Amino acid sequence: MNFPEFSDILEVVTLRNYNTALVVLSTALLGIASGLIGAFLLLRKRSLMGDALSHATLPGIGIAFMIMVSLGYSGKSLPGLLAGASISGIAGVLLMLLIRNTTRLRDDVGMGFVLSVFFGIGVAVLSMAQNIPGANAAGLESFIYGKAASIIMSDFVLIAGVAVFASIASVLFLKEFTLLCFDEAFARSEGWPTLLLDIFILILVTAVTVIGLQSVGLILVIAFLITPPTAARFWTHKLTHMLLFSALFGLVSGWLGASISALIPELPAGAVIVLVAASLFLISMMCAPARGVIPRFLRQSRLRKKVDRQHFLRAAFELVEAQSNEVDGSVVNIPFSWEALLKKRTWSAKKLKSILRVAQREDHLEPAGQGMLRLSEPGFGEAARVTRNHRLWETYLIKHADIAPSHVDRDADMVEHILGAEMVRQLEADLSKREVEVTMPPSPHQIQQSPAPTES
Amino acid sequence: MNWDTYDTWTVVVGILCAVACALPGCFLVLRKMSMMGDAISHAVLPGLAVAFMITGARASVSMFIGAVIAGILTAVFTQWISKFGNVDRGAAMGIVFTTLFAIGLILIRRAADHVDLDPGCVLYGAIEMTPWDTVGLGGYQIPRAVLVVGSVLVINLVIVCLLFKEFRLSAFDPDLAETLGFSSNFLHYLLMTMVAITTVAAFEAVGSIIVIAMLIVPPATALLLTRRLVPMVIVAVITASAAAVLGHMSALTVPQWLGYKSTTTSGMMAAASGLLFALAWIFSPSEGIIQKMLHRKRNLLEFGITDGEEPDRVQENENL
Repeated sequence: MNFPEFSDILEVVTLRNYNTALVVLSTALLGIASGLIGAFLLLRKRSLMGDALSHATLPGIGIAFMIMVSLGYSGKSLPGLLAGASISGIAGVLLMLLIRNTTRLRDDVGMGFVLSVFFGIGVAVLSMAQNIPGANAAGLESFIYGKAASIIMSDFVLIAGVAVFASIASVLFLKEFTLLCFDEAFARSEGWPTLLLDIFILILVTAVTVIGLQSVGLILVIAFLITPPTAARFWTHKLTHMLLFSALFGLVSGWLGASISALIPELPAGAVIVLVAASLFLISMMCAPARGVIPRFLRQSRLRKKVDRQHFLRAAFELVEAQSNEVDGSVVNIPFSWEALLKKRTWSAKKLKSILRVAQREDHLEPAGQGMLRLSEPGFGEAARVTRNHRLWETYLIKHADIAPSHVDRDADMVEHILGAEMVRQLEADLSKREVEVTMPPSPHQIQQSPAPTES
Repeated sequence: MNWDTYDTWTVVVGILCAVACALPGCFLVLRKMSMMGDAISHAVLPGLAVAFMITGARASVSMFIGAVIAGILTAVFTQWISKFGNVDRGAAMGIVFTTLFAIGLILIRRAADHVDLDPGCVLYGAIEMTPWDTVGLGGYQIPRAVLVVGSVLVINLVIVCLLFKEFRLSAFDPDLAETLGFSSNFLHYLLMTMVAITTVAAFEAVGSIIVIAMLIVPPATALLLTRRLVPMVIVAVITASAAAVLGHMSALTVPQWLGYKSTTTSGMMAAASGLLFALAWIFSPSEGIIQKMLHRKRNLLEFGITDGEEPDRVQENENL
């Protein structure tokens, strides 16, 4: 593979070459439109709709060809074939909705049914069409496989028209489509014509699919409808932002993919665009801050560390508290044994060791000789604070959330780690009205004491 | 209609293929993964291309293995993306198969510079041609496709019979299956491997469209007729066989009504399965449209209610 000159790259990227500019602009516009429409399909869990739909256009193409031939026309006129494709695509979509709404079969079965049966009929019809004497039906199947490299001005006008129409429609009907996607039953109870809206979305999908099919091909249309919205979903929790991201990803993959393919002729445009979109998806899935895999993993491990640290501090404090002489209600920081700490919670020795290593690094812990451990001065203070939080929270749950004292420990365990300082202050203020002058409220339940269960 | 031994063999291959697909298809439909067959049919392309590039020949065994591996990878990647990325399974499937297909397309472009490797003719067998490609077996000449598809059918039958209980449990309640100690993951990938092998073997023998249709449509038809798993599998198998017979017969006859000679059997088999589905949809004694209309009418006569209206009784109760 020879790499292109810099001047070629510049020429393609800045759209100065006429033919390339048409291809790049068409795919980019199509990317925007299908990114927007595809987002609604994704949210309705119907991403494979484009797949079903694009296969369902085949019988329409064959029948349109036969009709045009029998009327004495050439049979391959573009408007006729497009009309046929759209009609059979819409018929497929309606059949799918009908299956979904009148049986207990789900969307995926409806899509699979329409895809396979329509495609089968299409294959049969095309095979018949090929037997028509005098009419050249060869290459009709390739209608749905596209010809991205040879887009001409009239194709571009068609693509641009449909893409702009579909984009504007999905922006104008944003509110209705959102409602339909998130709560169809609510929309119906509010009096929205959900079925009509559903059909309208699917007609927009059909328009984009049919136009895309004959220009850029089956696989690219399917990928365009699925990949940019799914990638966009990782970046945000808001629908409007997701639509923007999705349109952007569609635009970038169309523009970049078509440009690369124009520069390196061995690479077919459709395939490169799909791969660009897939790379964007992979990057988003891994790195997107909102829902990406790596940021989510980091967040979880940070939370786990925080939880471990607080568990250790509280366990240590409760050990110290049980062993120290409570002369005037104060707790003295005395050493405790490793075994006692291990028995305090269901943690493995290995896990506890790693927790202790972290605690030592944070200067919460110091060795006290003879296998004993001791909390350091800052560690003791922190442990007291953590335990205090835990008990405040337990008290709150018992008093205000009606949770039985025997269950409260676990519930508190799950929630206390995410209590912010603000919330703690509020709780303290709440509780100090009732508990007078208690620096360390006593645990509201019996603390499980080990290794000496006889103490209780 | 001129029927000869070739037609018989075509129908036999069709039935074997349809039944081999319908068996794993039942579990695919129950697991809401109906589109898997279509996804695999596109995604095998890189497997074919890589196998071709490694061996440098169009030997069918290496191609077969490459395609099956690509098919299984489709399932694995789909599972990963939907699990780790928290993505809807349909979308994950779509991303995986379009990407694999695109990679395959580029590989084939580069491999086929020297040799003719047309995805169309590697991938898609034609069922009408199967009776001519025969092998000798015990003194008889049997179409090779009968052997290939027949052995796939036997494998599928054995797996489904042996692991029926496990498959049933993990199809309806994967969590329970997991707690009882059956690995849902293992069963999932076993099913996916079955689908991949079936799909690829049948593609090569009879073409993709029969496979995709028979994986989905007969099980869906059966779901309209029964609510129990064993009858569902049986009905799906019967429907699939009937669609194969009906499909080949209509491929020979239907075009003549319209003044054409004949058409492809594979397309008509898919269409015939669609017709059987439509019949079940209309006439099913439990779910059919007619049954539902009758039910509605009976409700109207008996209680004076129509759809969407609360029965009067409820309102009376509220007044009490």
